[in-house]
Amino acid sequence: MCGIVGLLVKTPALRPRLGELMVPMLIGMTERGPDSAGLAVFTEPLAESARKISLYSGMCEEGADFDWRGLGHALNAHLGIEAQIQPQGNHAVVTVGIAPEPLKRWILEHHPKLHILSTGRAIDLYKDIGTPGEVAARYGFDRLAGSHLVGHTRMATESAVTPDRAHPFTAGEDFCLVHNGSLSNPYGVRRMLEPHGIRFETDNDTEAACRFLEWRLREGDDLETALQKGFEALDGFYTFLMGTADKLALIRDPFACKPAVVAETDDYVAIASEFRSLAHLPDIRHATVFEPAPEEMYVWNA
Amino acid sequence: MERMSFDLAQTPLRELNAFLHREASAGRVKQVVVTHPDGAHNIAVGLDCPVEVEIVGHAGYYAGGMNKLASITVTGSAGTGVAENMMSGRVHVKGFASNGAGASMHGGLLVIDGDAGLRCGISLKGGDIVVGGSVGSFSAFMAQAGRMVICGDAGDALGDSLYEAVLYVKGRIKSLGADARIEAMTEADHATVKALLDAAGMAHDPRDFKRVASARNLYHWNADADQEY
Repeated sequence: MCGIVGLLVKTPALRPRLGELMVPMLIGMTERGPDSAGLAVFTEPLAESARKISLYSGMCEEGADFDWRGLGHALNAHLGIEAQIQPQGNHAVVTVGIAPEPLKRWILEHHPKLHILSTGRAIDLYKDIGTPGEVAARYGFDRLAGSHLVGHTRMATESAVTPDRAHPFTAGEDFCLVHNGSLSNPYGVRRMLEPHGIRFETDNDTEAACRFLEWRLREGDDLETALQKGFEALDGFYTFLMGTADKLALIRDPFACKPAVVAETDDYVAIASEFRSLAHLPDIRHATVFEPAPEEMYVWNA
Repeated sequence: MERMSFDLAQTPLRELNAFLHREASAGRVKQVVVTHPDGAHNIAVGLDCPVEVEIVGHAGYYAGGMNKLASITVTGSAGTGVAENMMSGRVHVKGFASNGAGASMHGGLLVIDGDAGLRCGISLKGGDIVVGGSVGSFSAFMAQAGRMVICGDAGDALGDSLYEAVLYVKGRIKSLGADARIEAMTEADHATVKALLDAAGMAHDPRDFKRVASARNLYHWNADADQEY
């Protein structure tokens, strides 16, 4: 079991309240996923040439005492850039004005235990072990602002309970995926992707789905085509919720083994595994509430 | 104490269910209204007396499960397994119902005004299900006894491995499951559909329905069939 939540605000005035509206959604899914939680929030995108990278130091010996300022100085000195770094305990967002690959290579080489959570112009990503309430408080999820987000509460079945195996998973830039369910062919998908130069960071089944779909998008498929290929390539039980810089997308396996419910008003689209995570939302009594059909694509634009 | 209200935003669910089991079973209350269900699981499960329960809003998993004699109404939608294993009485969902509605029911009447998800009436052992909208795939899988009336469409593999349950469908059937077949409607079938629609408070012409029942080819092992049915 796991819990999924997603929220996209249509009214720009609600963007500063995105996190505040979402926290009860995430906490509402605690029974479905008490061991880890995570969240990707999509903000106003940075300039075309700029990138931000979310980093996690919880798997380093220093943990939350990681020397983020020192990392910022070292990056600037070695790469000749002016990186901005916003640390928060075991998490930091590094913003740079260059292509992200040299930066990521340098980090992997010099700080192999630092985990790169996400890369892009719009995405900030947080995930850690602990109850959804603890993780939300650790990073101040209630203060997050943005146009849309994807969240997850985990009850691990397919791989160990570690921060890097928590969801959301990311691949490429400004793409993330959360999963409720279990895939039956993740190793087959991996073996198909690895010869394309796609590198895996964990043994988690969800990572295979995430990297497969991002690979299709990078190969030029639009989201709908990529999802259609996902239906054909990915076997098992799943409700997937994906975020891109300007979209939320949801699919369920043909047997609809894992739940999902959607509530839509003029102001927002909210998605959760169960209605109990939507019950607190403003004007929910007048929302259109429906259950997404299996093997259908649902895409909402921010 | 004829009527009692529970606000689940204020009162723990266990208090409501304990009250229904204790006070309603002792005949001390006739009607119970439940507000702010907010998707909670297991609301009004295991009732065993003729009490009326109205759940105002959306119910979570297994609402009205194992019901005996009670009449339970959900004004919103119901989550997975509404009225599962119902023995008798009535459960009425005014919105849509998620997967496994009426799973393993033995008796009583389940009415769903909206659509039902996948596997509606799976392993039905008796009783009746009337769905105002459509049902998802694998509905009535291995249904052994009882009747289902579907006023909308049915998904894939309707009535797969049916035993003696009979299904009536007004709309399109995407596909029939193994050993399920469409049969001619008789006068008795028209009367059955009319009676069930009347009981559910729905108005349709019984002549618009198709009858789906078991071809009974799977009843006996056929070694020559080579798993092809």
